[in-house]
Amino acid sequence: MIEFRDLHKAFGTNRVLEGFSLTVHDGETMVVIGYSGTGKSVAVKHVVGLLEPDAGEVVVDGQVVANLRRRELTELRATIGFVFQFAALFDSLTIFENVALGLRRRRTMSEAEIAARVAESLRLVDLVGTEGHMPAELSGGMRKRVGLARAIALRPKYLLYDEPTTGLDPVTSAVIDRLIVRTREALGVTSIVITHDMRTAYTVGDRIAMLYQGRIRQVGTVDEIRATADPVVRQFIEGRPDGRAAERASLATASSRLAQEDEG
Amino acid sequence: MFASLGRHVVGVVEAYGRLGRFIGDTIRALSDVRTWGSQTLQQMRRLGVDSLPITLFIAAFTGIVLALLASYAMTNYVPPYLVGTLVGKTMILELGPVLTGLALAGRVGANIAAELGTMQVTEQVDALETLAYNPYAYLVIPRVLAGTAMFPVVVAFAMATGLLTGWIAATTLLPVTTAEFVRGLQLFFVPFDVQYGLVKSASFGMVITLIGCFLGLTTRGGAEGVGRATTRTVVYSAEMILVLDAYWAVTLLRTHVMS
Repeated sequence: MIEFRDLHKAFGTNRVLEGFSLTVHDGETMVVIGYSGTGKSVAVKHVVGLLEPDAGEVVVDGQVVANLRRRELTELRATIGFVFQFAALFDSLTIFENVALGLRRRRTMSEAEIAARVAESLRLVDLVGTEGHMPAELSGGMRKRVGLARAIALRPKYLLYDEPTTGLDPVTSAVIDRLIVRTREALGVTSIVITHDMRTAYTVGDRIAMLYQGRIRQVGTVDEIRATADPVVRQFIEGRPDGRAAERASLATASSRLAQEDEG
Repeated sequence: MFASLGRHVVGVVEAYGRLGRFIGDTIRALSDVRTWGSQTLQQMRRLGVDSLPITLFIAAFTGIVLALLASYAMTNYVPPYLVGTLVGKTMILELGPVLTGLALAGRVGANIAAELGTMQVTEQVDALETLAYNPYAYLVIPRVLAGTAMFPVVVAFAMATGLLTGWIAATTLLPVTTAEFVRGLQLFFVPFDVQYGLVKSASFGMVITLIGCFLGLTTRGGAEGVGRATTRTVVYSAEMILVLDAYWAVTLLRTHVMS
């Protein structure tokens, strides 16, 4: 189980998360929706310790992530697969080496077993035969699928997807959605999917949570969200451009980007 | 004005804080021998062997120019065999290490900053962490070790090349025989000269790779940030080479003279 407890995170003067609380139960796929730049990715990066909270905590299987020592954090990360927004494949490695990298780190498998696991993972994402290619030779959609293969090769207990369909055409997005569902059925993983694509949210999610102004505005099943009476959630899921929520979100996006630049 | 000054001071303190944390994390990652051990040989080839062509090119022309300069400066004043002395001493003590260091600040330092900077802004460094790798063990230590170990090797080749082309220039373009050139080379030669040049080179290698790794891993702001990190790496590395050059002269050379 993954629990976000009253999480606060700011970059400079820009407060991104202000009391973000959410519980993801074992075996479910939780979709977190929200406007761009409102902190969805920031929240999920706390789960693997890529960011440390200013206040509050993220608890995974009873362990407070921020309190873990380096070795304990490494052990926790071995149970979590992370699919990055732009795949984050290693440019200098082949597709095979990219998928095998995490397996080699574990040092529990022989080279033959690693090769078999890589082939199996690539087959799950329909990319058989790409082992020898470099990431630059693949399309954006294929790279995202390799990113998914790299994550599932580790047979993780948890899978975190950061904007898995952003920037893809509708058909490729549907392929990725189907892969997320298939992965869950095949491996029984607990997943968090960050997206602002409502079709993805409805297709892959057991429950949907909307992040708005640093905290969860509403969480519920797909049917509950579809039938919501909350005007902010309603406006988002219907994609209506008018109203205060959209204006605030647009401002939040701009200030979030500026603040994160300043942090650097 | 005070607010601006205050922001500047805070920025400087933060930068030193990041540098201190970077060095601490790098030292701690030394215990992860399996990770950095598997990467170091590859980096030694990339940073060392692949740097030989540009290094030898620079050294070859430096040797020629040194021989001609020596002859020009000393004609009618000192015996011609001292051309060999000047080429040898200058190439081994100063120009071999410093010119190679400056060239490699551009080639190696910029390459590291651009590569790690791109990995940082495209989340590849985050991806490494989620795959349970320590980025300092996987990315930083192999490069720093390779730079520290390989720069002296590359500089040794540069010294030899400079002496060779200096000898060719002296014997073909100047009225100096091979015997005279060799006599001049041997005249004031002490093994300490080579030791001094190589220790200096190792320090250049360590500093260039550390600066490249630090600025690469702290890159922010997309392609523009990568460009900024790369430029800074070359500038800071060149500055540090000159500072270290003076430091070694004051410490090692002066100590040697005094003893």
